[in-house]
Amino acid sequence: MPTEYSSVLIWAAILVIGVATFAIRGSFIALFGRLDDVPSGVERALRFVPAAVLAALVAPSFLATDPTTGTLALDKLVAGGFAAAVAWRTESVLWTMTAGMGGLWVVRFLVL
Amino acid sequence: MQVPPDARTGVRDCLPLLLGIIPFGLVAGIAAVNAGLGLQHAVGLSVIVFAGASQLAAIDLLGANSPLAVVILTAVVINLRMMMYSASIAPKLRDQPARWKALMAYLLTDQAYALSIARYRDESIDRRWYFLGAALTLWVTWQATTVIGYVLGAGVPDTWGLEFAVPLVFLALLVPAMEDGATIVAGLVGATLAVVAGGLPLNLGLLVGATIGILAGVLAERAGLGTSATEGPDAH
Repeated sequence: MPTEYSSVLIWAAILVIGVATFAIRGSFIALFGRLDDVPSGVERALRFVPAAVLAALVAPSFLATDPTTGTLALDKLVAGGFAAAVAWRTESVLWTMTAGMGGLWVVRFLVL
Repeated sequence: MQVPPDARTGVRDCLPLLLGIIPFGLVAGIAAVNAGLGLQHAVGLSVIVFAGASQLAAIDLLGANSPLAVVILTAVVINLRMMMYSASIAPKLRDQPARWKALMAYLLTDQAYALSIARYRDESIDRRWYFLGAALTLWVTWQATTVIGYVLGAGVPDTWGLEFAVPLVFLALLVPAMEDGATIVAGLVGATLAVVAGGLPLNLGLLVGATIGILAGVLAERAGLGTSATEGPDAH
């Protein structure tokens, strides 16, 4: 599903994300001395950002509906489950991708 | 030009990590093709944003034609974690000139942070050059693999489902992020809510899931799950 956004709008999004990201990265490096530490409430919440955001990104992709049948896409569910087990054991990007893509192709091309 | 020895140490320390960065960078290129972005956009993201997970999320959402506000907000929320790194590393970099601070901030990634903060325990290390050695190696690898991924991705048929590599990268990052009871709660709640709210317009399910997941994590911790007071990269 290709994007319908014009090149200019895509560039605008890239620039805004880039500037905001630079501000986040530079925040305390630039401010140190004026601000000693992250407020503890903020720090406590920031700790949960990776787990919550990444999980929210992953789950819907594994529990996707098949666009042609309207039912749960079995290949992605199986491949995702297998990859999750491998990720848990190895914590490796490479092995997780190998397991997930391999699983997807096996189910898609050999089983279904 | 003579490469400072501590920069070389930084390069060397970062080499094993490239095994994880290379496939990730390839996916950043491949995902851009699949979303209908141009090579210039893929490279623009990698150079200007230079933060893999947020790039992939932005590409995904652009490909799904989500509103730009959702694209931007999601990418920025993903990168908020780097504020922790910034706070944690700031005291170590306080004596660097402003120009170098800016460069190092631009290059601050999960990997550069983790390597540097570990090595900075050694007081004799040249902090600037060690950081730049590691961070620039990551930067160069990231840019090169983005381009290679884009070129390769353009030649692969749709039925191979290469876009599925994107959630797989997120999955590999998610597992170590769920490190104790409270972060596991944050992940499980985030995942469930994102699926349940998946039908919401504008791709808002993601933000709903993430926000409530973070909230659930904070509450779970308050209820006694997890041990953030003594753990975490920012304990100092």
